[in-house]
Amino acid sequence: MPPSHSDEGKKKAREARLLFAARGWLRRIGPWAGILPFLAFVFAFMLLPASSIFIGSFQDKGGAFTLDNLAHLLKPNIFSSYVITIRISAVSATLGGFLGFLIAYGITMGGLPKPVRSFMTTFSGVASNFAGVPLAFAFIATLGRVGLVTVLFRTVFGFELYGSGFNLYSFWGLSLTYVYFQIPLMVLIITPSLDGMKREWLEAAENLGASSLQYWIKVGIPVLLPSILASFILLFGNAFGAYATAYALTGGLINIVPILIGAQIRGDVLHDPNLGYAMALGMVIVMTASILVYSWLQKISSRWVK
Amino acid sequence: MKRRAGLSWLWFGLGLVYFFLPLIATFLFSLHGKKGVLGFSAYQRVFADPQFLKTFLFSLEMAVFTVLASLALIVPTTIWVQLKLPKAKPVMEILALLPFVIPPIILAFGLIRSYSKPPFALVSSPALLVAGYVIISFPYVYRSVDSGLRAMDLRGLSEAAQSLGAGWGRLLFGVVLPNLRTALLSAIFLTFAIVIGELTLAVLLAWPAFGPYMALVGRDLAYEPAALAIMSFALTWGSIGIIQAIARTGKGKDDGAGIGAGAH
Repeated sequence: MPPSHSDEGKKKAREARLLFAARGWLRRIGPWAGILPFLAFVFAFMLLPASSIFIGSFQDKGGAFTLDNLAHLLKPNIFSSYVITIRISAVSATLGGFLGFLIAYGITMGGLPKPVRSFMTTFSGVASNFAGVPLAFAFIATLGRVGLVTVLFRTVFGFELYGSGFNLYSFWGLSLTYVYFQIPLMVLIITPSLDGMKREWLEAAENLGASSLQYWIKVGIPVLLPSILASFILLFGNAFGAYATAYALTGGLINIVPILIGAQIRGDVLHDPNLGYAMALGMVIVMTASILVYSWLQKISSRWVK
Repeated sequence: MKRRAGLSWLWFGLGLVYFFLPLIATFLFSLHGKKGVLGFSAYQRVFADPQFLKTFLFSLEMAVFTVLASLALIVPTTIWVQLKLPKAKPVMEILALLPFVIPPIILAFGLIRSYSKPPFALVSSPALLVAGYVIISFPYVYRSVDSGLRAMDLRGLSEAAQSLGAGWGRLLFGVVLPNLRTALLSAIFLTFAIVIGELTLAVLLAWPAFGPYMALVGRDLAYEPAALAIMSFALTWGSIGIIQAIARTGKGKDDGAGIGAGAH
């Protein structure tokens, strides 16, 4: 047997194997080429800008690495803007989430007629999108110094809203304005979870002699709690990043994080552009933490509510 | 559970008051344009302002470009992922969550930082604004298209079409897109609703758009802003109302189209 023949066979076999491997690799990688344009776009206009903020917050004015910017976040005026933003977000998410949940409960299992439900879903879709500048105008017309409710309080009850420390352009005013889009948002995101509550659970509990209160403590709330918390976090983040409403309402004069970042973009108000990046990074960290907790809670709740 | 309906009505009523009181207040306010008389003079003045039409048309134009760009980019990608690359689904889901983590204010900041220097000095080009809008509206367009695709038997339809000799173009335009009509229309109207009144990107990238115009009017005048708010509400109501109407006539069930758009 000539040795060259078997060598050739081996070589051919190796080539075939290589070709096969290459084709397999192509088959695995090839489909990704189909979403390449999209990925490139997302990279260029979302991931790259976001990472440039991230990098900028670790640079000094000359471009050298530093941790000073993050340390400056603890400066009293910057730190207090985070505190007030967190408070506004938490208050508006709590109030809006509470009322939104009760309304969603009413239209799913609370015995409200079906037309009310379909009206509420449609209206929530509109109201949760009615934000930004027009919403600010609506609240100025309602709770501003000559707003309908302010005047009503004065003439009917003889009560000076603005004499009692209320001011539309500060903490409570902004929180109440945000509640306007938080309520419908809560209705939209919690309704599917309430729909997922099985009637059998209630019937089983009632057959076993549970009171309505016991049903809620032992079954209803444990099942719903992850969804409720997840929704709360979504509302929180929604308020935390809100710029347009606050800008239009206060003319950029309230000391909250989005407004400070906006002011920094329009001119160097912090006297240090990199501090602006650090503030933006702080916001992204808060948002990332929220969305991670949100996804985790969603996973838990999907065990029960499908 | 009928016994609790009374309490439910109470909460529902409270919600209605919260929703409608500001609208009523705004409407009444907007009628005070002329001293001592109720009337629509504030609206007349708004329409008479040349800036109103100019900025509105600018935003409308941006909305059209945004819709075109995001449909061209997102629809084929979503279909491709569904058909050929289910493995990329988690990637898409994560990307669709990211605009929440990176709100418009951060996006604007990053875009300015990344694109104000050569070789990519895009800041003065409206293309950058449109790109930002595509990112902001991406989650809504993606969700809408994705749920539209899941509602139809995409694999079965594409196999049937291809075994009958249809190519990719024929499959896309002849089979998939017509079935996706409802989802596409709601994505389009939602994008319009988001872009037309958008403030953050427009104001920070310094474009004479409708959102910044409204904010400017709000700073200088008293009754015209109320009139603008009412018109803007009517516009939002129109867009979302159309989406809901489409969703109801289409076979896709009401899945809360337009959950919390990104214009807050």
